Amino acid sequence: MLTAVPPVELPEIGAASGAASLAWLLFVLPALGALVLFVTGRRANAWGHWLGVATVLASFAIGLAIFFETLGLSPEQRTRELHLFDWMSVGSFTVDFGVRLDPLSLTFVLLITGVGSLIHIYSVGYMAPHAGGDGDDDHAEPGGDSSRRRFFAQLNLFVAAMLVLVLGNNFVLLYLGWEGVGLASYLLIGFYQDRPSAATAAKKAFLMNRVGDVGLAIAIFLLWLELGTVQYSEVFERIGEVGAPTLVAITVMLLLGACGKSGQFPLQAWLPDAMEGPTPVSALIHAATMVTAGVYLIARSGPIYNLTETGRLVVTLVGVVTLLIGAIIGCAYDDIKKVLAYSTVSQIGYMFLAVGLGPAGYALGIFHLLTHGFFKAGLFLGAGSVMHAMNDDVDMRRYGGLARHMPITFVTFGLGYLALIGFPLLSGYFSKDAIIEAAFGQEGWQGWVYGGAATLAAGLTAFYMTRLVLMTFFGEKRWQNLKSADGHDYHPHESPVTMTAPMIVLAIGSVGAGAILSGIGLTEWLAPSLGELRESEHGVLPHAVIPWLVVGISALGVLIAYLVVGRRPTPVERPERVSLPVRAARRDLYANAINETFIARPGTWLSRALVFVDNRGVDGVVNGTAALLGGSSGRLRRFQTGFVRSYALSMLGGSVLVIAAMLAVRFA
Amino acid sequence: MTPTYYLLLSALLFSIGAVGVLVRRNAIVVFMCIELMLNAVNLTLVTFARINGQLDGQVMAFFVMVVAAAEVVVGLAIIMSIFRTRRTASVDDANLLKY
Repeated sequence: MLTAVPPVELPEIGAASGAASLAWLLFVLPALGALVLFVTGRRANAWGHWLGVATVLASFAIGLAIFFETLGLSPEQRTRELHLFDWMSVGSFTVDFGVRLDPLSLTFVLLITGVGSLIHIYSVGYMAPHAGGDGDDDHAEPGGDSSRRRFFAQLNLFVAAMLVLVLGNNFVLLYLGWEGVGLASYLLIGFYQDRPSAATAAKKAFLMNRVGDVGLAIAIFLLWLELGTVQYSEVFERIGEVGAPTLVAITVMLLLGACGKSGQFPLQAWLPDAMEGPTPVSALIHAATMVTAGVYLIARSGPIYNLTETGRLVVTLVGVVTLLIGAIIGCAYDDIKKVLAYSTVSQIGYMFLAVGLGPAGYALGIFHLLTHGFFKAGLFLGAGSVMHAMNDDVDMRRYGGLARHMPITFVTFGLGYLALIGFPLLSGYFSKDAIIEAAFGQEGWQGWVYGGAATLAAGLTAFYMTRLVLMTFFGEKRWQNLKSADGHDYHPHESPVTMTAPMIVLAIGSVGAGAILSGIGLTEWLAPSLGELRESEHGVLPHAVIPWLVVGISALGVLIAYLVVGRRPTPVERPERVSLPVRAARRDLYANAINETFIARPGTWLSRALVFVDNRGVDGVVNGTAALLGGSSGRLRRFQTGFVRSYALSMLGGSVLVIAAMLAVRFA
Repeated sequence: MTPTYYLLLSALLFSIGAVGVLVRRNAIVVFMCIELMLNAVNLTLVTFARINGQLDGQVMAFFVMVVAAAEVVVGLAIIMSIFRTRRTASVDDANLLKY
């Protein structure tokens, strides 16, 4: 269905009033929280984490108030803007600091502050200084344990930046938030500063994000160059004036930005490494919110993508490639967080596939984003709880039989797992199947390729997630005869209530979100922002068949996982003699090797060549001149012999020459 | 008596002085040769003044004599000082100031 899309009606923009006029507090509160926690320093160690929780909860309350106020308006009035101040004004270039409140941004506000609040609460327990977990004595800083305060300051900074990203009413404000979440992500990945691997992972994430950010910046430059504005409302109104080649360039550059932030092919390699950060960070930033910013960007830029099928085709292909890559690699890892990370990569691939389908998929992408936000955050928190119990070990081969020791974690994790693999009537079933249906709804080869890849990946998802659950919660208790890296025995235990309560809430969300959101009509709610959902009638498969197919393939994945992992004992040592595909998947399908070979090494060569040119060429000219002068002076000074009579001779000779020359001129 | 003879005499004196400066080692002798050259120039100046019937050349000659007198004072003092420290007046031996 990649033909020209009829233009989507742009909504009228009203002025914000009532609760909406407080929208600026949404991001100002967490920003203030971050500021206070950064500035007050050690004095805030005792109460800082509660301040962090309070600011995010307050934001959530304001977000709910605005949401319910907006629900009371008719759909045409639901897009409102709140002008705060003129941010920049240079010549004809002006940027407002304005808030855009519409169904799309409000949906994100609720997701960010809602899941954010839960994860803040969880972190109070997880990062507690002396209760084990990641915040234990190993990471104590000199001068008291202020790591938890620092953690909450950075987490608040993240929430503030993410809210600026989704609330801004122009691309430059989006870019501000975009860079802000990048900074917070960098700080939090590298949170355990004493681990070299964390520092490296943080740098890697920052650099790969930079590649994407350059793309986003170029897209914004192009928009300004063509239209002279960066305001969403004006850009979307006049985007039709832009010529086709420029339009494709803009969409591809936007996509590059989205790929960087969302860990999509070809910039996916940073996301699994980002798991070096504390687990709540993985849950909030690298699963539920920040990495979905790319999906937000593309959905928000829908009016631009609607005009170019090439742009949408590229988005879809990136999504298809990524969801397969993520699912394949997820099958091979033994690190519980990395499996979940590749699962995230794969699920965001589904969302990219959906938003790449244009008006047939924007709302579905956002739908999956929301349900994924619930169950993946829940899964990460569950993984954090397991690590908490297992002395921070992440190797699933050392787990086993944990279900009885941590029942709450097991049940909540299990519900998240069922939601992710699309167990009927849980949330993943609604959102993922809708995407697969829309993918099969395309005509010709596209329907088969998109739908086939998405179905295959659904089966792989079922496989790797079942493998993860079996290795962690069932089977032999392999940890009984082992000691952890720091030489302690394992004493698995259930986590404190600050950790289990958010897990329970998220598990309820994982179960119910899909049914509730599709029941109350998420797509109609989003229509003022994303346009009406257009279902295609010319799909390659009839609608009735697809859910059965997907559930069947997923069940097959579960069955294979049970036969391969569940029925056999799992060796504690990782088998090295494995088949070629497994070896490739263990090495991230050679993504790092490819980056190394094609980007990093040519870059090194280029720098070396430049250094050579600089040393030998530029410096060569300067140094050569100096050496020439120095050398010739060295020779010339040999004339200064100290013999007065030779000086006299040269003076005489010189005088004779001058006179001879004068005479020659005179008489010639 | 033509002015040419004066000029020839002056050229002869100048050449003798110049050769003396170049070939002699004793600083006093070199000094006297320089005086010889200066006076050869003076003779030239006076001769041309006479030929042209103007006083400019004669005034110049007086200037040269004054400068030469001053130069003798300074020069002889330097030569004395060199002789006292090195016990020789050879210009070839006073060769410390070199590359």
